[in-house]
Amino acid sequence: MLKQKGQGVKKGALLGIATALAIVGATAVYLHSHTVAVMSPSGIVAEKERHLIIIALLLSAIVVLPVYVLTILIALTYRETNKKSKKYRPEWDHSWLLETVWWAIPITIIGILSVITWQSSHALDPYQPLSSSVKPVDVQVIALDWKWLFIYPAQHIASVNMLELPVNTPINFSITSDSVMNSFWIPSLGSQIYAMPGMSSQLHLMANKTGNFTGSPANISGKGFADMLFTTKAVNQQAFNSWTDSVKHGSRYLDLTAYHNLAKPGTISAPQYYSNVEGGLYNYTVMQYMGDM
Amino acid sequence: MLGLFAGFLGRLTLDQLPHNPVTAGAAASMVLIVIAGIIAMTYFKKWRWLWDEWLTTTNHKRIGVMYIIVALVMLLRGLADALMMRAQQATAASPSHGLMSPEMFQQVFSAHGTIMIFFVGMGLMFGIINLVLPQGLGARDVAFPFLNATSFWLFTAGMLLINMSLVIGEFSAAGWLAYPPLSELKYSPGVGVDYWIWSLQIAGIGSLLSGINFMTTILKMRAPGMSMMKIPMFAWNVFGSMVLVAFAFPILTVTLTLLYLDRAFGMHFFTAGGGGNAMMYVNLIWAWGHPEVYILVLPAFGVFSEIVPTFSRKRLFGYTSMVYATWGIVFLSFIVWLHHFFTMGAGADVNAFFGIMTMAIAIPTGVKIFNWLFTMYQGQIRFTSPMVWFLGFVFLFTIGGVTGVLMAVPAIDYQVHNSLFLVAHFHNMIISGVVFGFFAGLTYWFPKIFGFRLNERIGKYAAYCWIGGFALAFFPLYILGLMGATRRLDHYDASLGWQPLFIVAGIGAMIIALGVGLQILQLIVSIFQRNNNRDLTGDPWNARTLEWATSSPPPEYNFATIPLVTERDAFWVAKQKGTKTIPSHDYHPIQVAKNTSSGIFIGVASFIAAFGFVWHIWWLVLLALAGALATIFYQTLREDEAGERTIPAAEIAATEAAFRKQKEAA
Repeated sequence: MLKQKGQGVKKGALLGIATALAIVGATAVYLHSHTVAVMSPSGIVAEKERHLIIIALLLSAIVVLPVYVLTILIALTYRETNKKSKKYRPEWDHSWLLETVWWAIPITIIGILSVITWQSSHALDPYQPLSSSVKPVDVQVIALDWKWLFIYPAQHIASVNMLELPVNTPINFSITSDSVMNSFWIPSLGSQIYAMPGMSSQLHLMANKTGNFTGSPANISGKGFADMLFTTKAVNQQAFNSWTDSVKHGSRYLDLTAYHNLAKPGTISAPQYYSNVEGGLYNYTVMQYMGDM
Repeated sequence: MLGLFAGFLGRLTLDQLPHNPVTAGAAASMVLIVIAGIIAMTYFKKWRWLWDEWLTTTNHKRIGVMYIIVALVMLLRGLADALMMRAQQATAASPSHGLMSPEMFQQVFSAHGTIMIFFVGMGLMFGIINLVLPQGLGARDVAFPFLNATSFWLFTAGMLLINMSLVIGEFSAAGWLAYPPLSELKYSPGVGVDYWIWSLQIAGIGSLLSGINFMTTILKMRAPGMSMMKIPMFAWNVFGSMVLVAFAFPILTVTLTLLYLDRAFGMHFFTAGGGGNAMMYVNLIWAWGHPEVYILVLPAFGVFSEIVPTFSRKRLFGYTSMVYATWGIVFLSFIVWLHHFFTMGAGADVNAFFGIMTMAIAIPTGVKIFNWLFTMYQGQIRFTSPMVWFLGFVFLFTIGGVTGVLMAVPAIDYQVHNSLFLVAHFHNMIISGVVFGFFAGLTYWFPKIFGFRLNERIGKYAAYCWIGGFALAFFPLYILGLMGATRRLDHYDASLGWQPLFIVAGIGAMIIALGVGLQILQLIVSIFQRNNNRDLTGDPWNARTLEWATSSPPPEYNFATIPLVTERDAFWVAKQKGTKTIPSHDYHPIQVAKNTSSGIFIGVASFIAAFGFVWHIWWLVLLALAGALATIFYQTLREDEAGERTIPAAEIAATEAAFRKQKEAA
């Protein structure tokens, strides 16, 4: 009877291990054929952030692995049905040494992580410009219902739901919203930041690989929210210049009337481009929430 | 004349009845269930029984049972919402837009979050506290029995209101925390957000009152000799949690009120423009919302701190450490709220401070886990179903802890904030921490309350389903988050390649649902087999704390004579020494709180007032509030004696003699 039960347990364990291996295998196949943007970055900020994720995971493992091993060992050894002789000390409930150890280990690890946190919070502060010998490109981002407007003030052009950027060039984003709050996030390039009406937040990113990346609206903004995914295209300087030129040759002008039409709730199916933009449109958008007390 | 009549019902018109077939179906089935219940009650002539024994009760054990029934029914609703969300996201790879419209999907996830936190998490928590806290302290009831009943009825009124939104009007589509400006009138003109505000408002006031009640109970109602360092660890955790309730819930009350003033009276606390600042709301709601997480999880930790020693047949390791760890968590939980919005653009110093404080919470939590493990070390462990939940908790909760530490680093949070990684993280904490803890507690204390044990085998299968289902449902979300999938998307482009993971997550959710099905089966089978699983001794698990010294179920007054406590685990110590926890047979009459209908009246009045607030029916609001106030005055201003009933000594002697006889026979 006992032997049979033992075999049953063994069978169960084998089945469990087989299932786990199958799941790990399927996951590996999936990950091999798909891009995990945060873990395979194309921007310098995202690269540093991936590095941080790996360090924090390794440090956590110092506590987690012993917990797992201890749990399994203790549970197996001290189970009531384990007939091997083992100690039973029902009154033992305190040990200065042991308790000091498990206060001290997490304190040390969190201490190390705190230093890393302090440093990385400053080094990767989204408001801090990136150092580079290349002249930065300014982009003004306005979250609308339900699309993203990107204004290139130096080039006097604008685009909707399509963000084209030169590679290896720092990009200075100014971000606001002309509706509810949203969050501007391009996982392949790094940090996200909120887009808030009446406020202008800043974000500094730099692509170091060319490619097409998905940009996400990271905060719910109403019924068309899911249609706010946008495309980010990182291209070389030459291609960027020819893109801005081609946009400039278009015929649509983003004046205030056109802007207010664009800002009306609704989704758009294909990117739009504007060959010229009313000066000061971004500031106008921010400031319109500041008056009218 | 017609205009006046229209104004009479505020914004309420016939158009507000559901049109969409899915909502209409859900609403109709809800109404049908209620009608069937009413017919059944009438047919079996159970109304008087229901009213006398349950609806007007002030006894903490009955109130606890009612909390748990409401919470479990709401768990089914929240689970149905979850399955709908998983079905939507598994099928909504564009060009397909899935099964639901965006508006409906958004209402579903808003309802899911609100219901699971307020009416399942909080309901199970207050239910379990009610069932066992007074008994564990050697007390006959909570400090304020009438207040306790009132809290329950406010909780239930909130629950009814949120379900009412399914039948009349609509629910909020602004997420479970309704960030403005989206939740402001301009962007959410319907009544959905108002339903959200008022169901939380009433339930929240109930929670605040409960917090005060249980805090007082722990401070003032302990048995003689039970100093604070001798109370059960569950009571310490409840104490920490209730202190958080008392400090955090007033913030929620005020925040909801301000949002309502914006919406109903055109004020500008949180509006975009007009001098409002939505980010103020985000700060305030998380100043409540973060402690709320610990309000839920601390009692669950408390449950594990009772279960592990009992099933290891060993004293809890590091009691003093555990107390400090609990208070460390209580303190820290109030200075971490900003980690919910590192991406708002606060300076690096501010973000780093809140990040470091957040990680610091991992220290006391880690200490607790080590203490539980060393409670098992050199013990004699019985792997009952509560222990299966505990082991599931250790393995899964630890993963949630790691991802929590990751997200506490602001620069990492910038890359995963508001993504499905975050969704996976907090479900990892709340399901494997809070839910597993409360299920373990329900299984553990079930025989105490009902007099028979739950079926162990089905219980274990249910736990395996929850554990495995959890892993399948939420680990894919971690990967999806890292791939850039944000939360709350009602559809996404098929070319992104997310669909396989969403399908796996959907299968995981179905396995969890199977677990819930098994739990229902477990309950039914256990009721049918109750004669085989009777607990005649009052101590089915060979446990340690005072609640096991009484019969199962305990008499109304819990303890015929108040026990004298000299040590922790008083009941265990008495069993070891062969002494009696409750020595005296010299019984005196006991005064217990009388039943009162005031609690349910206050609940009904609050429900009506809230309904009036939602629909702007001002005369109804005034009338209902006046009724509620009058009931409160009536109840509090009358003589003390009028609220109490005396159980004669002879009756007590008979009850106790019967229990002794039953125990000896067993």
